Amino acid sequence: MKVLVCISSVPDTTTKINFTPDNKSFVTQGVQFIINPYDEIALTRALELTEKDGGTVTVINVGDATTEPVIRKALAVGATDAVRVNAGPRDAFFVARQIAGYASNQNFDLILCGRESIDYNGAQVPAMIAELLGIPSVSVCKKLEIAGKTAIAEREIEGGKEIVECPLPMVVSASEGMAEPRIPNMRGIMSARTKPLAVVEPVDTPKNIEVIIYDKPKPRSEVKLIAPDKVEELVDLLHTQARVI
Amino acid sequence: MSVLVFIEHAGGKIKKSSLEALTYGNDLAGLLGMPCIAVAGGKITNDALEESAAYGASKIIHLNNEKLHTFNVQAYTSALAAVAGEQNAKAIVMSASFSAKGMAPRLAVKLNAALADGVISLPDVSSGFKVRKGAFSGKAFADLSLSSDVKVLTLSPNSYKIVKKDGKASVEVNNYSPSDSDLKITVKEIIQATDKVSLPEAELVVSAGRGMKGPENWGMIEELANVLGAATACSKPVSDAGWRPHNEHVGQTGIAISPNLYIAVGISGAIQHLAGVSSSKTIVVINKDAEAPFFKAADYGIVGDAFEVIPKLTEAIKKFKAAH
Ligand SMILES: Cc1cc2nc3c(=O)[nH]c(=O)nc-3n(C[C@H](O)[C@H](O)[C@H](O)COP(=O)(O)OP(=O)(O)OC[C@H]3O[C@@H](n4cnc5c(N)ncnc54)[C@H](O)[C@@H]3O)c2cc1C
Ligand SMILES: Nc1ncnc2c1ncn2[C@@H]1O[C@H](COP(=O)(O)O)[C@@H](O)[C@H]1O
Repeated sequence: MKVLVCISSVPDTTTKINFTPDNKSFVTQGVQFIINPYDEIALTRALELTEKDGGTVTVINVGDATTEPVIRKALAVGATDAVRVNAGPRDAFFVARQIAGYASNQNFDLILCGRESIDYNGAQVPAMIAELLGIPSVSVCKKLEIAGKTAIAEREIEGGKEIVECPLPMVVSASEGMAEPRIPNMRGIMSARTKPLAVVEPVDTPKNIEVIIYDKPKPRSEVKLIAPDKVEELVDLLHTQARVI
Repeated sequence: MSVLVFIEHAGGKIKKSSLEALTYGNDLAGLLGMPCIAVAGGKITNDALEESAAYGASKIIHLNNEKLHTFNVQAYTSALAAVAGEQNAKAIVMSASFSAKGMAPRLAVKLNAALADGVISLPDVSSGFKVRKGAFSGKAFADLSLSSDVKVLTLSPNSYKIVKKDGKASVEVNNYSPSDSDLKITVKEIIQATDKVSLPEAELVVSAGRGMKGPENWGMIEELANVLGAATACSKPVSDAGWRPHNEHVGQTGIAISPNLYIAVGISGAIQHLAGVSSSKTIVVINKDAEAPFFKAADYGIVGDAFEVIPKLTEAIKKFKAAH
């Protein structure tokens, strides 16, 4: 089985978000970048599936050269090879076009993504790739089994789950539960240095969306503390002041 | 020209999150000077559908083909794209439900439309089309400018107030039949816990963390949630340890929620946790450690032992409910 895993390079989850004075871009200085946590889940599941049935796992990232440490980490975890599309990830459609463009003549059986990137939170790229390739997609998938050319996937729905069957090829976006992310070992880290990392140039893509400004939520006013033996006071405040009950 | 609102239903009724989308769609249609048209698929009665007129729809289109009785993302994308074409839709609005979030990007590609996912307020259409959404997992907002002719918007649950109006509109049946190439996915089974309030849509949420010590102590959390009519949630280590199911995990790497009330019990308030819950309107923190960082992000706090405070709080709310 030939699997493509799409990985996004995102700020570490502990990052305090700051923007440039014009509020147009995110300040990356001093920020540690990591593989998007959901993409780590996707990558791990891809490795488990190919270890079981044989096959290869290619990782792809749309990003400039600064994302290479993150790509190398994916190789260290166990990916076979990597591709970087040499362009800043302008928007979801742009990223999807690059990935679909690369995948269109490579006969991948399965394209795995994360359910969303924790920076942009679009949850858009995976289904866009699928639509561009004209293949099925399952979003927010919590379990994925492959038997031959068929996938059984469990996807989240409000208050429950849905189990679906789908012929390959398809795109799946991974959520928690699909796999436990792996940590690279020393051998993995060593071998990652020599694994192939191809750099390809982006294809032109029309632009119809732009971030005008970023903005941070207003801080909350000081917390009002209530004594532990005065819970009635809290109930009263929730009713009369916050008006939520 | 029109604004289309895709509405979902459960248990024979239009979902609350879809009523939010309808109210939003109607207000957007007002801004753009166009009618608002509701579109639903699957098995649902005309009476239930006609309810959508009370939230601004001037017409209701029912995709009634048998092949659309279960949600199939490709089939629904094609069906909606066809309706959007027939109705000359300039904007398509839907709640950011799991199904809709899986469909909206496909629809946007099909229609050459810009997609804004998880918008939280009406767009500014005074010059162009500017709309606000959450970014960086609740740590920031982004204002987007959409420049395509057609726009697709998904609305973040609980961010737009439902307003009921006097309205009457009739249901128009649409027999759109999806092609086989759009029906590759087959639904094998749907497992639904119908008695529970769904977390992303919940207005009230009671959430607990490692401070609860073990899964055996969740009874008091569930009881508090029951008394309030709230959904339950948890911190990541709690679901990682298997104390609670993964779909209750909120935060930067879990579900992001914005209920009216979020009660956090025995949760320290790590940055990753706050990211997913800080857009809650009111936050109550109960923690025995006065230094817990969560207090800095809270509106109301009780420094105390959850095992003593929660049963008391549950009783107090019972009394309040009985009196109101
Ligand atoms: C990549 C990454 C992603 C992450 N994503 C998330 C995420 O999405 N969501 C998330 O929640 N976490 C996430 N985390 C984990 C996060 O960093 C914290 O570890 C986690 O939120 C802590 O959970 P907690 O507050 O339940 O536990 P703890 O930090 O252990 O806090 C327990 C709290 O309970 C209090 N307590 C103890 N006993 C009592 C009592 N009897 N009564 C009242 N209070 C009591 C303590 O004072 C303490 O404040 C992530 C971490 C990483 C590295
Ligand atoms: N720049 C990128 N390069 C490769 N894959 C990406 C990129 N951005 C997003 N993805 C993939 O798409 C998923 C969803 O991202 P998003 O639509 O941005 O929320 C991520 O979890 C990745 O799997």
